[in-house]
Amino acid sequence: MTKEIICTVCPTGCTIHVEGENGNITKIEGFSCPRGKVYAENEFTAPVRILTSTAKIKNAKTPLVAVRSKTPVPKEKLFDCMVEIRKLELTPPVNRGDVLIKNICDTGVDIIASGEVK
Amino acid sequence: MNKITCDVCIVGGGPAGLSAAVAAKKAGAKDVLIVERDEALGGILQQCIHPGFGLKLFKEELTGPEYFGRFVDEANELGVKALLNSMVLEVTADTVTCINGELGVCEISAKAIVLAMGCRERTRANIVIPGTRPAGVYTAGTAQRLINRQNEMVGKKVVILGSGDIGMIMARRMTLEGAKVEAVVEIMDFLAGLTRNRVQCLDDFGIPLLLSHTIIDIKGNDRVESVVIAQVDENKKPIMSTAREIECDTLLLSVGLIPENELTSNAKIEISPITKGPKVNQYMQTSIKSVFACGNVVHVNDLVDNVSAESAKAGESAAKFAAGKLEDSTAVTVETGDNVRYVCPQSVIPADEKVDLYFRVMKPQKGVVITVTDGDNVLFTRKAIKVNPGEMEKATVSVKDITSLMVSVKEA
Ligand SMILES: Cc1cc2nc3c(=O)[nH]c(=O)nc-3n(C[C@H](O)[C@H](O)[C@H](O)COP(=O)(O)OP(=O)(O)OC[C@H]3O[C@@H](n4cnc5c(N)ncnc54)[C@H](O)[C@@H]3O)c2cc1C
Ligand code: SF4
Repeated sequence: MTKEIICTVCPTGCTIHVEGENGNITKIEGFSCPRGKVYAENEFTAPVRILTSTAKIKNAKTPLVAVRSKTPVPKEKLFDCMVEIRKLELTPPVNRGDVLIKNICDTGVDIIASGEVK
Repeated sequence: MNKITCDVCIVGGGPAGLSAAVAAKKAGAKDVLIVERDEALGGILQQCIHPGFGLKLFKEELTGPEYFGRFVDEANELGVKALLNSMVLEVTADTVTCINGELGVCEISAKAIVLAMGCRERTRANIVIPGTRPAGVYTAGTAQRLINRQNEMVGKKVVILGSGDIGMIMARRMTLEGAKVEAVVEIMDFLAGLTRNRVQCLDDFGIPLLLSHTIIDIKGNDRVESVVIAQVDENKKPIMSTAREIECDTLLLSVGLIPENELTSNAKIEISPITKGPKVNQYMQTSIKSVFACGNVVHVNDLVDNVSAESAKAGESAAKFAAGKLEDSTAVTVETGDNVRYVCPQSVIPADEKVDLYFRVMKPQKGVVITVTDGDNVLFTRKAIKVNPGEMEKATVSVKDITSLMVSVKEA
């Protein structure tokens, strides 16, 4: 498998070419610095993303409160996590940083409140 | 009429206004008042629930609410006051007039004023798209507000016109909420927004980016039924033989922002024809000396971190002005050299200090050297692998004894 990865670590945006099978990298070129190499390796073997969304809240001035994954979750689990977040029904108060879902979809990552409703 | 007096009055409580308020307090201003038309502080960041804020300033990746939350906490601790649900109607050299549902009309006398009204989105009317006028055409930011603050999903099959950051971020948001984004259509031959947004918002979800394409027709009677897109030639004219129809129920426009400057022009403050915002010097001071400006009202920023830095300067300068301590002398105009569209600040007062010059290029260019010169004297030089109109550049220079200033971007 080969993959063209655009590095997003800095605005230079190098295109890094990675080759390999089942997460074993056999060839990697096009990066301009060590940070880019690490980024491309992770992108190739186990890409992760921070997930942000909103959760419903009852009896509050606003119908929604902003939420996020505390740390990045595996990219392929984004849609599964969305299903869980959609099931939330919160009530005030919700404070920034409150843990709303522990270990979402067995990723080891918590969903926390990024917004606040007093 | 209600009368209020303060040292520094700030119009707008987004990230720019908040940062200016905090800095004004820290610089010694006693009464600092923010006047905000919304029911809460935070400005546009209240609806920007995505990550990508604060990487420069806090060295961590925050969401919009987390980013402005830090400033709100700090403003509260420092005793900044805020008048919410209050629309500012008029600004003069020493007064801000606003209307508030409970208090009625309020007249605020201030020793210094900071304008931080942000910007608004360009709409269909600004860019002239032919076709019918069905429901289902939204600006990307309006859709963002509806989905992220009001819990109203705007559509199921979406086409986005314009490759600005807001449009790309909405492409991801709507995909995660179960909509199908058919394409992002961009008339230029390069991306308008940040590369990282292209990777994480479009490529991640296999959303096609069609560069050098535009929308030539919108079809549908009550609701959008489809749009017709076509490739454009070098002169941005659609090539009719490439036209094809895409079925969709929603069209989002992400075609740029315009600084919100009615108050500014009514106050007869000098406006730059390029940025469409007030001209400022390094103290973020406008052509009326008691009035300062910062954030998107001055020039459209892609990174809120820059807004916070620039706005802190405005707040600090306003506090100094209110105390009669701001330096004043003849300013030097900053000239735009090769491939530079604009520089902010537009003028600099020579002083024993370093000044951040923020600028944008006209067109993408690779392998360049950025220079700032005072006649034959080179004050700054930096090589860059590439420059892009979508990404703001910065050069920091000492401005002691300068007699002219020019920023240029040339092939290395
Ligand atoms: C959709 C979107 C996505 C973005 N994504 C990112 C990102 O990922 N990372 C990043 O770093 N930056 C991002 N930005 C940029 C960043 O959000 C802006 O640079 C920043 O919000 C600008 O702050 P501001 O205070 O100038 O304007 P705003 O946030 O617009 O605040 C202006 C405030 O002034 C108030 N106001 C206006 N007129 C009046 C009046 N007459 N009377 C009273 N109040 C008034 C408004 O209600 C508002 O609260 C994004 C911007 C948008 C629009
Ligand atoms: S490889 Fe290094 S230089 Fe290139 S984009 Fe990534 S971080 Fe920047």
